[in-house]
Amino acid sequence: MTSSELKRVVVTGLGALTPIGNTLSEYWQGLISGRNGIAEITLFDASKHDCRIAGEVKGFDPHVYLDRKEAKRMDRFAQFAVSASKQALADAEFVINDLNAEQVGVVIGTGIGGLKVMEEQQEIYLNRGPDRCSPFMVPMMIANMAAGLTAIHVGAKGPNNCTVTACAAGSNAIGDAFRLVQRGYAQAMICGGTEAAVTPLSVAGFAACKALSTRNDDPAKACRPFDIGRNGFVMGEGSGVLILEELEHALSRGAKIYAEIIGYGMTCDAYHITSPVPGGEGAARAMQLALKDAGVTPEQVSYINAHGTSTPANDSTETAAIKTVFGAAAYQVAISSTKSMTGHLLGGSGGIEGVAAAMAVANDQIPPTINLENPDPACDLDYVPNQSRQQPVEVAISNSFGFGGHNVTLVFRKYRP
Amino acid sequence: MSQEEIYEKVKKIVADQLSVDPAEVKPEASFANDLGADSLDTVELVMALEEEFDIEIPDEAAEGIATVQAAVDYIKDKAAA
Repeated sequence: MTSSELKRVVVTGLGALTPIGNTLSEYWQGLISGRNGIAEITLFDASKHDCRIAGEVKGFDPHVYLDRKEAKRMDRFAQFAVSASKQALADAEFVINDLNAEQVGVVIGTGIGGLKVMEEQQEIYLNRGPDRCSPFMVPMMIANMAAGLTAIHVGAKGPNNCTVTACAAGSNAIGDAFRLVQRGYAQAMICGGTEAAVTPLSVAGFAACKALSTRNDDPAKACRPFDIGRNGFVMGEGSGVLILEELEHALSRGAKIYAEIIGYGMTCDAYHITSPVPGGEGAARAMQLALKDAGVTPEQVSYINAHGTSTPANDSTETAAIKTVFGAAAYQVAISSTKSMTGHLLGGSGGIEGVAAAMAVANDQIPPTINLENPDPACDLDYVPNQSRQQPVEVAISNSFGFGGHNVTLVFRKYRP
Repeated sequence: MSQEEIYEKVKKIVADQLSVDPAEVKPEASFANDLGADSLDTVELVMALEEEFDIEIPDEAAEGIATVQAAVDYIKDKAAA
C-alpha cells in the first residue's frame, strides 16, 4: 500500500479511570497539578507483603456504567475497560448503530487479565474441590475479555483483538488500532489498555522480581522516576481508552479532534525476560521506527511521555535510548513520566499515557515528573520536574516497554487540515 | 423443611444469583425466559442451590429444572428422600 492510499487517523474521544481521577477531566487536572495517586493498599490485606503500596482507582462504582448483573460477571480489569470505553465514546459523541457497527472495532490490551477471579477460584478449588469452581471463572479471567466485553456492551462488530505484551500492551493496542484505521479495515477503533492487578499474588510476584518500590513509609514519594533515590515501580490500576477515527469520517460528523496519530514503532530487545538491554538499543529502535513512520525528525518532537517506571534499570536505560535517537536534541525535548503520579498500570499504562500524550498536544501543556528531587547523574535530560509546563506541543511521543523485551513508541501530532 | 421455607430460600438465591427483583421470582417463572438466565447463570444457580440445601443435583436432573417451582419440587423430593 503506498502512503497516499493510507488514511489519516485522528483521536476524537478519550476515557480514563486512573489512580488520580475517574474521568478524563479529573485525570488531566490531576496530571497538570502533579497529584499523587499512590497510597497504602486497601484492596486486600497487604500486611505480610514487602510492598504495601499501590495506585488504586478510588471510589470506582461500576454501576455508573453497568447494571448489577453485568458488573458481577466481569473481573475488575474488564469493568475498567468497558467503563473507560463508554466514557471515550460519549466524549467523542460517537454513536454506534446498525449502519456503522461493522466499521467500528476494539483493541484493548492488558498485561495480565482477570487475576483477581483466578486467585479467588483457586482458593475455592483447593478448599472445596473442582465441582465448586464458577462457570464464570474462565470468561472473567481470560485477557481478551476486556475487548470482547467492550464490543458486546457498545455493539462494535468490526475488528477485535487483545494485545498481551506486558507493560507495552496498551500502546500496542493503540498502534494496532491505528494501523487498522490507516489501512481502511475500520472507520473507527476503540483502543487502549486496562489492568487490575493489585492482588495478593501479583504484588507478591512482582516483589519477588525485585521490581517494586518498598518505600512503604512514604507512599507519596515512592514513585520517583529519574531520581537517584528511586528503588522500583509502584503498581497502579485502571484503564485509558482512545477513539481513533478516520479523518474524513471525523470531519464529516463535525467531531472535535484532540490530535492526529501519525507513527507507530515496535521492536524487541531479544535479550532478557525482565531486564532491558543495556544501552537501550531496542527502545531506541522503537523510537526511530515510529519517527520514520511518522515522517518527523527528532528535532520536531516537543514532548516525550516516557515509560519512566522508577526502576533503577529503566530510567537510565530509557535516557540512554533517547540520547541515541535524539542526539543533541535530547537536551531540548521535554520528557516526563506521568507514572510518578499514577504508578505503573502495567498493560493499562499505554492507554492512560496515550490519553496524556493526546491531551498534551491538544492543550499545549506538559505534565510534570513529580518527586524528582535529586536527579540521577545518568538521567541528565529535561524531565519537567515537579511543575507542569505550558508550551507549544506540536509532536508528542509515548514510550512503553514490557517484560519480554517489548518496546513500543507512538507518535501524536497536532491536527492540521 | 416446609415447601414454603424452601420456596423462600430458593427465591432469595435466585434473586441474588440472577440479579433480579425478588418480586419477579414467582413459582411459575422460567429461569431462562422470565429471569434472563443464560447457560452459565443456570450452572451457577444449580451450584448455589446445591450448597444451600446440601444436596447434589446431577446434570441430567438440572436440565429438567426450568422454573422456580420445579427447583422447589426437586429440592423437596431430595430432602424427603
